[in-house]
Amino acid sequence: MGWHNQHVAQRDIGLILMRQLASGMAVPMLLADDNGDLLFFNEAAEVLLGRRFDEVGDLPLDERREMFAFRDEGGVALPPDQPPLVVALRERRPVHRRVWLRGFDGRDREIEVTAFPLLGGGGHLIGGVAMFWARKQAA
Amino acid sequence: MTDGAAAGKPPAATMRVCLWGTRGSIASAGPDTVRYGGNTACAEVEGRDGTIIILDAGTGVRRVGNTYHEPRRLDLLLTHLHMDHIQGLGFFAPLFQNDFEIHVWGPPSTTQDLRTRLTRYLSPPLFPVRLRDVAARLELHDAPMGRFTIGGLEVVAHTVIHPGQTLGYRISDGTSALAYLPDHEPALGADGMPDRPEWTSGHDLAEGVDLLVHDAQYTADEYDQRVGWGHSRISDAVDLARMAGARRLVTFHHDPAHDDDELDAMLDDARARADGALEVLPGREGDTFPI
Repeated sequence: MGWHNQHVAQRDIGLILMRQLASGMAVPMLLADDNGDLLFFNEAAEVLLGRRFDEVGDLPLDERREMFAFRDEGGVALPPDQPPLVVALRERRPVHRRVWLRGFDGRDREIEVTAFPLLGGGGHLIGGVAMFWARKQAA
Repeated sequence: MTDGAAAGKPPAATMRVCLWGTRGSIASAGPDTVRYGGNTACAEVEGRDGTIIILDAGTGVRRVGNTYHEPRRLDLLLTHLHMDHIQGLGFFAPLFQNDFEIHVWGPPSTTQDLRTRLTRYLSPPLFPVRLRDVAARLELHDAPMGRFTIGGLEVVAHTVIHPGQTLGYRISDGTSALAYLPDHEPALGADGMPDRPEWTSGHDLAEGVDLLVHDAQYTADEYDQRVGWGHSRISDAVDLARMAGARRLVTFHHDPAHDDDELDAMLDDARARADGALEVLPGREGDTFPI
């Protein structure tokens, strides 16, 4: 157990507990830090995102945008500042929206997204969560 | 009033910590708990310059309060406000002496200040004296998250996994450091202990410390029945200490149902698990550890 040979800053307790909660949930969930960088998605989300989390790992927001993308109900790509979780983090409010998600595997899936910010014990923003509700898969 | 270096007292060679209460949950005095002690959480840290920090105000704080004979500044750092960590506060003698300056630091809340929360206990009908009526110059602070300084000691406060807003503390004199996590359930935030450091509660506080005072309340069998209660298997304390590279681990927050012999047996198991990677020491009331 040579963990002490590497220094990686510990995450906020709220993020640690949320990751653990998400890992035990059947609802697809994605966890990001306060910058929107991907920290974790659970097994249920792997099905929608088209790749296992272990194959992806932590991802900065910019790289995440390149690897999976949202389109609105009319098929128009959402601007970079409009995905539900980005809005939730920026405006510190819950967001619910129906979108098309193109996953890591390039497949399109119609989903509803519920995103909300996480405020830590001191009231500061520590990250956010997106929950995905599957509707149907594109043919 | 002495502040920092005590008047006429030579600097100590090292920072030290003395345990005044090591029991968890409820005071447990009796013939079966004589060696480990029955008082609830309280530890006293003294820096090389004489700065005193008292960690938690369980029933053990009554005895440490009786050792201060000269007016001075004292800082009490509360990890959280469960009764076993504040019950001794009303019996802390310096509070009732007008020539003491006492600073109490506790976990922040977004809804109520520390005075309001402590007053729930330190007021009738639960307690005869109101907090506002104590004689000492009393200041209450929401502990800042992160780094702050008290006298010659640097303190780092971070939240840790335990029901309600709960802090762990890391205290350093610039040369050596100790971490104090008396109520902590890191296993609740991980599928298996040890998880990766960045996803392990308490890791940063404990990283590389000379002495880690840590919750070691349960055996593995007991923990299985008490997941989510906020406390650790003794094996989790060992695993966290090893992951964080702590040099010594002091077991703390002993279950009130465990007598001295049971605690000895748990200590043996912990030492076997540590396998020589760190020193595992019994947290016994009255013990002092140089750091």
